[in-house]
Amino acid sequence: MALAAAIARAAGRFSIQSRALATAALEQSYDATLDETAAQFKKSVQHFAAEHIAPHAATIDATNSFPKDRNLWKLMGDFNLHGITAPEKYGGLGLGYLYHCLAMEEISRASGSVGLSYGAHSNLCINQLVRNGTEAQKEKYLPQLISGEHVGALVMSEPNSGSDVVSMKCKAERRDKGYVLNGNKMWCTNGPVANTLIVYAKTDNSAGAHGITAFIIEKGMEGFTTAQKLDKLGMRGSDTCELVFQDCFVPPENILGQEGKGVYVMMSGLDLERLVLASGPLGLMQACMDVVLPYVRQREQFGKPIGEFQLIQGKLADMYTKMQASRALVHSVARSCDAGHIDRKAIQCLGGNGYVNEYPTGRLLRDAKLYEIGAGTSEIRRVLIGRQLYKDE
Amino acid sequence: MSMNPFCEIAVEEALRIKEAGRASEVVVVSMGGEQCVETIRTGLAMGADRGLHVITQDSSSLFPLAVAKLLQALVSSEQPRLLLLGKQAIDDDCNQTGQMVAGLLGWPQATFASKVSISDDKESVCVEREVDGGIETIQLQLPAVVTADLRLNTPRYATLPNIMKAKKKSIQRVTPEELNVVIGSDLEVLEVTEPPKRKAGVMVASVDELLDKLKNEARVF
Repeated sequence: MALAAAIARAAGRFSIQSRALATAALEQSYDATLDETAAQFKKSVQHFAAEHIAPHAATIDATNSFPKDRNLWKLMGDFNLHGITAPEKYGGLGLGYLYHCLAMEEISRASGSVGLSYGAHSNLCINQLVRNGTEAQKEKYLPQLISGEHVGALVMSEPNSGSDVVSMKCKAERRDKGYVLNGNKMWCTNGPVANTLIVYAKTDNSAGAHGITAFIIEKGMEGFTTAQKLDKLGMRGSDTCELVFQDCFVPPENILGQEGKGVYVMMSGLDLERLVLASGPLGLMQACMDVVLPYVRQREQFGKPIGEFQLIQGKLADMYTKMQASRALVHSVARSCDAGHIDRKAIQCLGGNGYVNEYPTGRLLRDAKLYEIGAGTSEIRRVLIGRQLYKDE
Repeated sequence: MSMNPFCEIAVEEALRIKEAGRASEVVVVSMGGEQCVETIRTGLAMGADRGLHVITQDSSSLFPLAVAKLLQALVSSEQPRLLLLGKQAIDDDCNQTGQMVAGLLGWPQATFASKVSISDDKESVCVEREVDGGIETIQLQLPAVVTADLRLNTPRYATLPNIMKAKKKSIQRVTPEELNVVIGSDLEVLEVTEPPKRKAGVMVASVDELLDKLKNEARVF
């Protein structure tokens, strides 16, 4: 009895020390310009993600789905992660984009798939509702989205409208008591599970960009179905699917913003989406450092740890400086947005992200590739950056 | 600088006592250089009401007796009813501070607590302690010193709203001189060495060979 108790105590001691050591090993994530509170916030999310999300990352990737035995959406909601930029009266934290970026980075660091789904839910859906919703819409949809009981999504792309999103064909026709939607939407992150979806459709096909209206769609609305979950190269587990609208009736109070003004909701939303989601690849880069650094200190060839060879040190330096430069840019733009200056150019620059060194796990590379495509392909972003720079006097 | 795990458990217990209505205020104390501020902030973010930072130039001179004397001085100005500490620090593993401060104050002490219950009238505390022979239950009159062991509780995460709220909480700074305590030590570390590396084991071919080696080499009998 006494021996068993002593062994149990020793084992407990060991687990406490290894827990302390494990999180200490993830310390290299670093931005000296963060104030104490922001640094504490980031570390807190890091610990949460390391304990509740990271252990499932490999399984999520292998099974192409979120864990069945625990509700990650609810867990993240309990930790106040969803409504970072939403007002406190709906359960949010009432903070700015810098804080949202910090959380996004740490969640993505634990699992790229969970990070992407989280970003779509908390920024694409929740933040768009916060920015564009009426009081009634916010009261109706935000509380459950912020608590994690409901999952949010947003979709603009179609099978034939990707970069040329304004060419979308999904129609919203005026009928006496509301609108009837017909068409297909594609690449909807969280589509298979979302309860609340922001969908863009053409209320006026002849008006080009000014014929787009944003609608709030609810799961279960008649005429709205989701098609099969997509089988993707990376971001596996971040469920994506096609949405099908067949005579789906939507009441007028579900218009987000105003009829015909959906393009403003969409484009201004994209600016902020690109900012927050840029922290996704930051997290993946940091995850690479977390894997690579211990490895090069341990793995030996030619009689010494490979981290002592210059070519490896060169790679480490390249990875590190690229990550720090990206992080500095993202944080600087976030602060700028928080101060009210939404500098298009700066945000478009964030489109050039997605660098990941091939060295660590295949999953990180596969997940990172998404960021060169989703929310604006690298090609489109280069065009937008160049065009903006050219236009500015 | 992260919080010593056993201290984290102590802070958690203090918060639970306050949430149960048995205490009015939780004050977290840390001693050392500037890195203590981060540790105190963690306590504030978990839910403590305010912080006390005893600033010393050099953390390495803070042996348990010095910490105990500083705590004694703080207790006389703060007048707490309960002093909760981690049972030991994971750097020096001394397991002395709680016991020493109880001795200096003349307060009752319960170390290695695995369960703490304050009485309804808030005059005493009942503590279950893990000892070699099993679990010992003792009752102490307040004010008292209790040190926390591993199984007392699982500390909460600092929630994000509480991290933001902690910005507004105060941390009072004080020096050993202001507390009239001289921190020095009667102990001097002469040397720290690693234990000798384990030698490889030896395979024996028979029981007789084993007995021979035990007798003539290991000199067990």
